[in-house]
Amino acid sequence: MSDEATVLFDAPGPRARARHRIATVVASAVFLAVLAALVWRFNERGQFEGRLWSPFLKWEVWDGLILPGLWDTLKAAAVASVLAVLFGMVFGLARLSDHRWIRIPAAVVVEFFRAIPLLILIFLAFFVPNKISPTIADSSLGTFQRLLVDNFFSIFGVEINAGTITVPAFAAVVFGLVMYNGSVLAEVVRAGVLSIPKGQSEAAYSIGLRKNGVMRLVLLPQAITMMMPAIVSQLVVLLKDTALGFIIAYSELLQAGFKQVPANYDNNKLQAGLVVAVIYIAINMSVSRFATWLEGRGRRSRKTSAATMGGGVGAPPAPGMAAGPGTL
Amino acid sequence: MFDFGPFFDNIDQILEGFWATVRLAAVAAVLSMLFGTILVSFRVSPVPVLRTFGTVYVNVLRNTPLTLVLLMCSLGLNDELALKFSESNSTYYWWAVLGLSGYTAAFVCEALRAGVNTVPLGQAEAARSIGLTFGQSLRMIILPQAFRAVLAPLGSVLIGMIKNTTVAAAAGYAEAATKMKDLLDLPSFTSGALPLFIGVAAGFMILTLPTGFFFGWLHKRMAVAR
Repeated sequence: MSDEATVLFDAPGPRARARHRIATVVASAVFLAVLAALVWRFNERGQFEGRLWSPFLKWEVWDGLILPGLWDTLKAAAVASVLAVLFGMVFGLARLSDHRWIRIPAAVVVEFFRAIPLLILIFLAFFVPNKISPTIADSSLGTFQRLLVDNFFSIFGVEINAGTITVPAFAAVVFGLVMYNGSVLAEVVRAGVLSIPKGQSEAAYSIGLRKNGVMRLVLLPQAITMMMPAIVSQLVVLLKDTALGFIIAYSELLQAGFKQVPANYDNNKLQAGLVVAVIYIAINMSVSRFATWLEGRGRRSRKTSAATMGGGVGAPPAPGMAAGPGTL
Repeated sequence: MFDFGPFFDNIDQILEGFWATVRLAAVAAVLSMLFGTILVSFRVSPVPVLRTFGTVYVNVLRNTPLTLVLLMCSLGLNDELALKFSESNSTYYWWAVLGLSGYTAAFVCEALRAGVNTVPLGQAEAARSIGLTFGQSLRMIILPQAFRAVLAPLGSVLIGMIKNTTVAAAAGYAEAATKMKDLLDLPSFTSGALPLFIGVAAGFMILTLPTGFFFGWLHKRMAVAR
């Protein structure tokens, strides 16, 4: 938006221009005052001292702490993204099933994992198996539990020793992220498929395709194009949420940058926090950029009319498809 | 394994945790709506300084993990810079409220901006043609319609906020998740582990599901007929 006429306001006349000038001066003064107060406070508490900032100029801090942390963050995010998209696809389509015995359990699972906080799910995976596995090991399901851990969960580093399961922080974080974000993605998939005009599936049925073919060849390809921005922005949320691993001491970026660095270098928490924040913002903004680009690419192929306040920014997304604002 | 005894033995602790969650969520809900509305009026305003501030604020807060935001509030601003609300422990409560509201406000702002985009162009033109200034048309014409259009997304933002109160566990505020972790840390608390999870999950569902239904109902009731 420039200072000329937009949909929300006209090109300003002399009086409006005067008002805007006053608003500009007052707003700038307030922002500068707040900034100055913060800088003054930093200075007063000795937060500008070189020894607090210089660790971030040393290669060993990056090589030994921050980069391994970043790697662990990206590792958890990558594994969880793949599994969450799979989970979302399976459960989103299951919720659309014609069979009640598939549809209802899938709905229960999705709604349950969407309704409770991610941190509680991480706690579930991190603390609970350790406590209840000895009881299961003594019961008739003991062998089944051992086989399950040995043959499947061991991929994520889960160990079983004499009937007691130990879940590493990595696996707990991935479990939480997959269950929560997978459930959100299931809703995205469902909304995406439902938003395809009915004529598409009717036409597909009329040329003799079966349910499987209608979904696989006609509905999903169109739905996925439409869902891409929503999926990518949910993956940004997932990447951000890996920071919850901090609470169970998973060695991710926040743990490395905000706990290990201050612990070893004069307790420089503010400085470390700022550096870590810049890294997160840089990563997430590039992924968001990618999502916006995808959105723009998807929109170009469709015809949108309806002049709205956005001034030709396009029609609002279909219900449930809104990328960004709805996802925390 | 499904022994609810230990859960009910500690029910007063768990309820105390949930009461702390509710206190945090209620104040943060009001403040985040307020901040979010102010932010969106910045973002669509004709004053470039305000627009830039709004954009930078939303982009920074939306792309920073909430854990880091709350840790910076409690450990950074409160402990290191000694910007305290009070000398007692309640300063952590207020920093958690402020951090959570500030973070959620960015999402409220984005939801409302999507709502502003749904208001037909003619509404703003009509507002201008009867001589309303930008502030007046925003306050009386555009924001009321924008709010009504995005009640459902605002509901999901609020639900997300209620769930995000658990992150305050990292910032030294003892709410439901902290209580759950404290109980699970006890070596003696073995048979009650799964019931505790079920109980805490149910507690959050009691908070989030009605919020969702309420906003869904409100959305239908308040929808702008066009």
